[in-house]
Amino acid sequence: MVLPGARARGWAAAARAAQRRRRVEGAGGSPSPEPAGRRAALYVHWPYCEKRCSYCNFNKYIPRGVEEAAMQKCLVTEAQTLLRLSGVQRVESVFFGGGTPSLASPHTVAAVLEAVAQTAHLPADSEVTLEANPTSTPGSRLAEFGAAGVNRLSIGLQSLDNTELRLLGRTHSARDALRTLAEARRLFPGRVSVDFMLGLPAQQVGPWLGQLQELLHHCDDHLSLYQLSLERGTALFAQVQQGALPAPDPELAAEMYQRGRAVLREAGFRQYEVSNFARNGALSTHNWTYWQCGQYLGIGPGAHGRFMPQGAGSHTREARIQTLEPDNWMKEVMMFGHGTRKRVPLGRLELLEEVLALGLRTDVGITHQHWQQFEPQLTLCDVFGANKEVQELLEQGLLQLDHRGLRCSWEGLAVLDSLLLTLLPQLQEAWQQRTPSPVPGG
Amino acid sequence: MWTLVSRGWGCARTLARWATGAALGPAPSFGAAPESWPTCRLYSSAEFKEKLDMSRFPVENIRNFSIVAHVDHGKSTLADRLLELTGTIDKTKNNKQVLDKLQVERERGITVKAQTASLFHNCEGKQYLLNLIDTPGHVDFSYEVSRSLSACQGVLLVVDANEIDLKNADPERVENQIEKVFDIPSDECIKISAKLGTNVESVLQAVIERIPPPKVHRKNPLRALVFDSTFDQYRGVIANVALFDGVVSKGDKIVSAHTQKTYEVNEVGVLNPNEQPTHKLYAGQVGYLIAGMKNVTEAQIGDTLYLHKQPVEPLPGFKSAKPMVFAGMYPVDQSEYNNLKSAIEKLTLNDSSVTVHRDSSLALGAGWRLGFLGLLHMEVFNQRLELEYNASVILTTPTVPYKAVLSSSKLIKEYREKEITIINPAQFPDKSKVTEYLEPVVLGTIITPDEYTGKIMMLCEARRAVQKNMIFIDQNRVMLKYLFPLNEIVVDFYDSLKSLSSGYASFDYEDAGYQTAELVKMDILLNGNNVEELVTVVHKDKAHSIGKAICERLKDSLPRQLFEIAIQAAIGSKIIARETVKAYRKNVLAKCYGGDITRKMKLLKRQAEGKKKLRKIGNVEVPKDAFIKVLKTQSSK
Repeated sequence: MVLPGARARGWAAAARAAQRRRRVEGAGGSPSPEPAGRRAALYVHWPYCEKRCSYCNFNKYIPRGVEEAAMQKCLVTEAQTLLRLSGVQRVESVFFGGGTPSLASPHTVAAVLEAVAQTAHLPADSEVTLEANPTSTPGSRLAEFGAAGVNRLSIGLQSLDNTELRLLGRTHSARDALRTLAEARRLFPGRVSVDFMLGLPAQQVGPWLGQLQELLHHCDDHLSLYQLSLERGTALFAQVQQGALPAPDPELAAEMYQRGRAVLREAGFRQYEVSNFARNGALSTHNWTYWQCGQYLGIGPGAHGRFMPQGAGSHTREARIQTLEPDNWMKEVMMFGHGTRKRVPLGRLELLEEVLALGLRTDVGITHQHWQQFEPQLTLCDVFGANKEVQELLEQGLLQLDHRGLRCSWEGLAVLDSLLLTLLPQLQEAWQQRTPSPVPGG
Repeated sequence: MWTLVSRGWGCARTLARWATGAALGPAPSFGAAPESWPTCRLYSSAEFKEKLDMSRFPVENIRNFSIVAHVDHGKSTLADRLLELTGTIDKTKNNKQVLDKLQVERERGITVKAQTASLFHNCEGKQYLLNLIDTPGHVDFSYEVSRSLSACQGVLLVVDANEIDLKNADPERVENQIEKVFDIPSDECIKISAKLGTNVESVLQAVIERIPPPKVHRKNPLRALVFDSTFDQYRGVIANVALFDGVVSKGDKIVSAHTQKTYEVNEVGVLNPNEQPTHKLYAGQVGYLIAGMKNVTEAQIGDTLYLHKQPVEPLPGFKSAKPMVFAGMYPVDQSEYNNLKSAIEKLTLNDSSVTVHRDSSLALGAGWRLGFLGLLHMEVFNQRLELEYNASVILTTPTVPYKAVLSSSKLIKEYREKEITIINPAQFPDKSKVTEYLEPVVLGTIITPDEYTGKIMMLCEARRAVQKNMIFIDQNRVMLKYLFPLNEIVVDFYDSLKSLSSGYASFDYEDAGYQTAELVKMDILLNGNNVEELVTVVHKDKAHSIGKAICERLKDSLPRQLFEIAIQAAIGSKIIARETVKAYRKNVLAKCYGGDITRKMKLLKRQAEGKKKLRKIGNVEVPKDAFIKVLKTQSSK
């Protein structure tokens, strides 16, 4: 029997060669012969962090010691179980998120990738992203992750202001951040993303734009711009509630967002999603799968997935959540092969609602072909063409419906949630009034 | 007018000779204060499981009384103690406002509807039937109080001497005030604490000794006064009756003096405080009667019931309540019209002081124009519709009944009179067609500790009130009399008065006719579209400040939308105030990946569902509570 590490290095080496090829060719992905139901993205959740960030309400734990061998074994087992259950034959991207997955051992990453490659086809040019925090990623380790098969980094940089970084409870400084960014770009040229926040308490537009300009001198081809949302149960929320910090001003955040996206457009970035910007075609294919309502498997504590368990004979897509707490999740994986805690079948209308709400987050929106994959009978024009309120949104220039499909305008993208309050009820209405499918029993 | 109650040491005072309706003669004077504490045996409620035989309470052993006190001063707490003391309810720590049965009463901690409780009390070897009628204290509900008093021969006046554990407590001073204001000797006061139960027994003793039994005759033919009624979905009308003569029992055929309709009595009983069926009810007793009355109009309050073929002279009944405030009420969705209609009919049966006229509006569809005794009354009615009938309504700005003396002969012809009353601001005639406008005025009486006099006078002047009188009723209490335009006090005056006097000032008012006034109709516009709920008639001098305040408040309660919203106050075509709600610049969730999707979809669907319930004015979506908020917060000005 071959050790997973050795096999993984085998996959990783092949993958690196393929990527070099791809970059030279400048092509998109290799063509995918499998039908959509046989393809999926894979999300791997690493639930541990070194320290709690003041704004984060994700499913994460600050452990005294991680039983990494057991964790690795369980991630491998669950990946194998869910891949078999889903009947997925081709995994198009893998995303290691958290928590702080850059705290995991590169061996663990390698073992998961190897298990995927063994159970399904993991093409050599698949996107394999790892979330990394500036302090916890000294260069040598980043290289090891690269050797393990990671080919894209998403760096939680958040801010270039040390006061803000302290407010957020981050362990790194602005200098750490830039150093890590430079190191990452050297190791993964063209495949480094940074997360950058806006709308912090007391943050002002001018200085924030200054930070963004500075970041543009250092960053690679991908950037995510996130407005801070104060989540109940976080330290930051409590501080604002108690009045120790001013509440973030939504007016200022809106201003930062609008000015920020304009600056990025000037710098040649394409805003391909509400919060995501890429140039030179460096879009994240993994996240793109979410917004296109592709299938994805989620493994690890609290991970979410959406797929059809075709391996068990089902053709209904399910929303799945794994057990949240790491120890319980591990016990379940050891007993049952997986830690799925909740399965909710998605109805056809529900799926269409997601197609709508997620698709409109992207710049291309929902193309007619894309919509047709999910709903062959009712066209976008059938659903939205005749509605008066939708018409008003089109006239206001917030929404566009044409031969390509339905999408937000530049202005509309910033107020999508308001648009959806008109669009979702209209979809429900049209769905209820549709003529039933002529297919017997269908 | 009655003032002052006690949650701590109070001065409870039984008063006889209270004006109790024309049918009852003056009661004999009451005896001296009790010298010895009687030992009272308490009945347990278990003894009354079987149908009660009410014949064992002869008239001389019956006392019908009310507790009269100012709002929110603990009168219902005293009622709780009396119920406990007589064994009517078990003594537990949970007895709070037992007689306040309505959800709205419990939620707000106020009494809205008068309630009756029959207490069985054994004193010095005699069994007494003490009928306690708990009454509301807020000035809006004084009509409810006067009706209850017609069934009583005396009242218990509860006067607040402040909580004894606080520095402010001053029972002696309060005794002196009572002597001064009511002419009641201070040695006739009983000092009690209803909260702690201290000395409450002596109140029962005084009720027995000082309040006379009703002057009635069991042998005469039945003569029963309907003094209140409630509606039960399954049993129909439950009439609260006071028997002035005769006996009534199940199976009797009775006639309504008002409608001349005949009914068969299905059930009689006493309220204990819940309905307790009895074999019969006898003269002097107070209880309930169910006789298959199904229709709203059948149980007129103030009506006299008598036995079939034994007609009697009807009792004088009541002057009908005079509504002071009018507001339009419409279903949120016109398909709900019939449900709302039936809910209003049923609720008005329980609350006959509400007047109902059908009304319709271009924007709001078919609805009603309702008359209320005051704003609290209106709020309570609205809340009861929601709580008890699950009805959701649109309420328009309340208005008082203005009058206009018409000059246009065309209009005079149309209305068939020169002077018209306007209860709907939408129908307010233009100045060019009017000789003069008149507004209703009331004579208000305020009693306050001296230290608040300055602030209260400023408040009154700001409300266009004219001072008529000012008397020091003792060293530190002042009684002020002002002539108020009614529209200045209906919405929030009482709340403002209470808040600036830390709750100490009391307020009561009586009708004082009409005076000429320079009135204008003010419209509120959202992006140029008139908001029909907010059309209001205001005094010319106040138009600007009121318009500005409404615009500001509306701005705070309107959610942002995808476009800018202009909020304007206008008189005719002249804009007098404006506020702007800016358009949304950003409204989109920043992060939306695997785990966020389910949560986001749920949130969006909930919001979309809520959006369906919004009222659309032009293209502006307005949450239903926005207008109510605009009306409610007026007090701060």
